[in-house]
Formats: sequence, C-alpha cells, structure tokens
Amino acid sequence: MQSTYQLIKCTLHLADNALILSQRNSEWCGHGPVLEQDIAITNISLDLLGQAKNFYAYAAALYNGFSDDEKNATDHLIPRPWKNYGRELNEDDLAFLRDENQYLNFLMPELPRGDWAFTILRQFFFSAWQYDLYTNLIKSPDATIAAIADKSLKEVTYHLRWSSEWVIRLGDGTDESHARMQNAVDDLWMYTGEMFEPFIDEALAPDSDTKLLQQSWVNRVKNIFDEANLGMPVSGWMQTGGTSGRHTEHLGYILAEMQYIQRTFPNATW
Amino acid sequence: MNKTTQHTPDPALVKQQIWKILEEVNDPEVPVLSVIDLGIVRDVVFNDYQYEVVITPTYSGCPAMDIISMNIRLKLMEYGYKDVKVKQVLSPAWTTDWMSEAGKEKLKAFGIAPPNPKQQVCSTALFADESVQCPRCSSYNTTRISEFGSTACKSLYRCENCKEPFDYFKCH
Ligand SMILES: [Zn+2]
Repeated sequence: MQSTYQLIKCTLHLADNALILSQRNSEWCGHGPVLEQDIAITNISLDLLGQAKNFYAYAAALYNGFSDDEKNATDHLIPRPWKNYGRELNEDDLAFLRDENQYLNFLMPELPRGDWAFTILRQFFFSAWQYDLYTNLIKSPDATIAAIADKSLKEVTYHLRWSSEWVIRLGDGTDESHARMQNAVDDLWMYTGEMFEPFIDEALAPDSDTKLLQQSWVNRVKNIFDEANLGMPVSGWMQTGGTSGRHTEHLGYILAEMQYIQRTFPNATW
Repeated sequence: MNKTTQHTPDPALVKQQIWKILEEVNDPEVPVLSVIDLGIVRDVVFNDYQYEVVITPTYSGCPAMDIISMNIRLKLMEYGYKDVKVKQVLSPAWTTDWMSEAGKEKLKAFGIAPPNPKQQVCSTALFADESVQCPRCSSYNTTRISEFGSTACKSLYRCENCKEPFDYFKCH
C-alpha cells in the first residue's frame, strides 16, 4: 500500500509541476517580445500541458483501480467536489478541483511570470531538471511512467535547447539584458534547491540519486552561465514546501483563474 | 450482440481493408497528410469480435488527437464498420522516421519542408543550424527564424535564395 501511495503522489507531483508552469507560461500569449518567441513560449506551454494531462490521466486510473484501503490512504490528495459526482475520477478533476494545499509542485513554477529574462531562466532551470529526471524515468519499472517520460523527453530536449540559447543571448547581450538576466538569477536561485530534495520514489526512478541529479544539473547550468557571462551564485538559503503542499501566495491566484469554470459550472463540457 | 458464424469475414482481410480506408483520414492540422502518411496509426487489431485502431500522438499536447479519433470512427462508419474502437498509446514514442516517403513528398508539394532524418539534430547541442532545404526553390541556403511554429510539429524558416518564409516539419 505504501508503494501505491508513493506512486500516485509522485505522478501528481510530476503532473502539477508541468501544469503550473504551463499555465504561467501561457500568460505570455499575445505578450511575447516578438511574434516568434510568443509562439515559442506558448508551444512550450502546450507541450507541458500535454505532459500534465498524461500524468493526471495515469493518476486517475491508478486511483480508480485502488482498493478501499488504498483509497483511504490517498484521500487527502483527492478533490472534494468530485466526491459528489458519482462517477470515476478523471484527469480534469485532478487539475480543476484540487485545492492549493493538495498541489505538490515546486514553488518555482508558480512564481509570477516576471519579465522575459525571468521567464527564460525559470524555463531553463526547469527543463534542465526535467531532462535528467525523464532520462531516468524512461528506465522506470512502471511502464506508463516510462512511456510518458519517453514521449516527453523529446519535447523537453527542444525546451532545454531553446531556453539555453536565450539565457546565453540575454546574458551575453546588452548591458540591459545582462542586468535583467542577473536579476533573474538572484531572484530564482533560492527556488532551485527544492528540485533536489528526495521526493521521487526510488522504486519509480532507478539510478536517480538526487545528489547525482543535482550534480548533473549544476554542471549544465554552469556551462551555460559561463557562455552567458553570468556568475554561478554561491549556495545559500533555499525555499521549500511545495511538495508537501505549502505554497507561496501566488498559487492560489493561478488556481482561482484556472479553475474558475469548473468550480462555477461543475462538470461543464464543450 | 448477435454473432452469425456463417459469414464471419476473415479478420486479416478486414484489417487490410481498414488500413486502406485510414488513408482517407487526414490530419486536421496538416490536411495534406493522412494519418497513415503521418505514421501515427500503429496497429489495427481484432479482439473479441471488435476491431481496434491503435494510434499514438505526435506531441504530448497534440490538441488534434480527439478529433483524429473521431474522424477515424466516422470514416470507418461510412464503410460500414460501426463498432470500431480507437485506442491511444504513448509508447513507443512517435518519431518523424515513421512518416511515409509519400507523405514527405506531399508535404514538399504543399510548401512545407519535410523532416530530415533524425540523427541530424535531435540533441541538446546549441545553436546547431540544421540544413533544411527550401520546399520552393530547393536551395539549402536557409535560416531558422524560430524553433517553434504555427503547430507543435513545425518550426519557421526563411529561404535566403528565393526570400520566401516556409514551415519545416521538424524532426522528432
Ligand atoms: Zn527558396
């Protein structure tokens, strides 16, 4: 039972991270600095939304197949409004009806979108994390998780390349763009430690020692920062809490906007 | 359900026919390609007196999958297959290597550069400019304008020879 609980929790965590960053990035739709990049960031949003959907669909299928004991153990993660619906749980319920403290994403994706430099740097940090994690998850003994990771990794490869190029372009660009990128580094760094706290179940992702993941991530970041003329920050105080449902004030606002229709018109379809 | 044993058609023949019919179902986002050209139909199986078409999405967030599933069922219905299921699978992950040669030709005729073979550029290597051939004048003197284009599967290029912009169906 412990293992099925861990499995659904990890699955929701992966889904929540992708969904919340997708929602944040989608705020750029129609506001990108140039048309091509407006299209790029919203394409990335769409990829992340698709990944979230696949993970949520799996979490819902897991829950629907649980024994009563397993359902009881998972109860605190399940959306309350759904319980009155009298039908099986689905991916939309998990995205649109859970409360803030049921979300298990990191704090970083929920932070306000900031300027373009902030958005780019966050995407780069996030994609670099996803890249190594999904590379490990492909070897997961859980066939569905492995399949979603395999499918997603190709997309993440594009995101990582695109965001790396932009970090270099801005960091190694004008005084203004460099200053903005440096500000983004200063603002975001304290949110990067959370990504390497042990959370993903070892049984799910073999060979994913968080220390090794972190080392690989730091190397990747350092290589890009060197080219971008950005200094690597010294490690300091790290924010944490997202994976145990303790979020910044910003998540509530995202959910209020994102969940509005399903909260107001339960079960609405179009 | 009433299953007559007298005229049960040979499943192998029916499957063959279903594959053929699926050539008439187009991708709503790139209508010049059929779902067969695109390589997203992975299997047609006969299970428990029911036919099942197995498809896989191009990208995780492909918004066209539900429409494609519906179109497949509608098209098969036209031919009298009323009870066909469409199942979506994620693994193995779709790759542009599965696109048919005919599909690549159709793309080019439509003004979209077909995907290069995969080994070229699907990596994290930065600023790697893939040599993409202009679908209009066949020049390789082209520049990438944007990694991302009007749909998830395309990126945006410009031909420096004929000066026309074009979509490139990116390798995946
Ligand atoms: Zn040309």
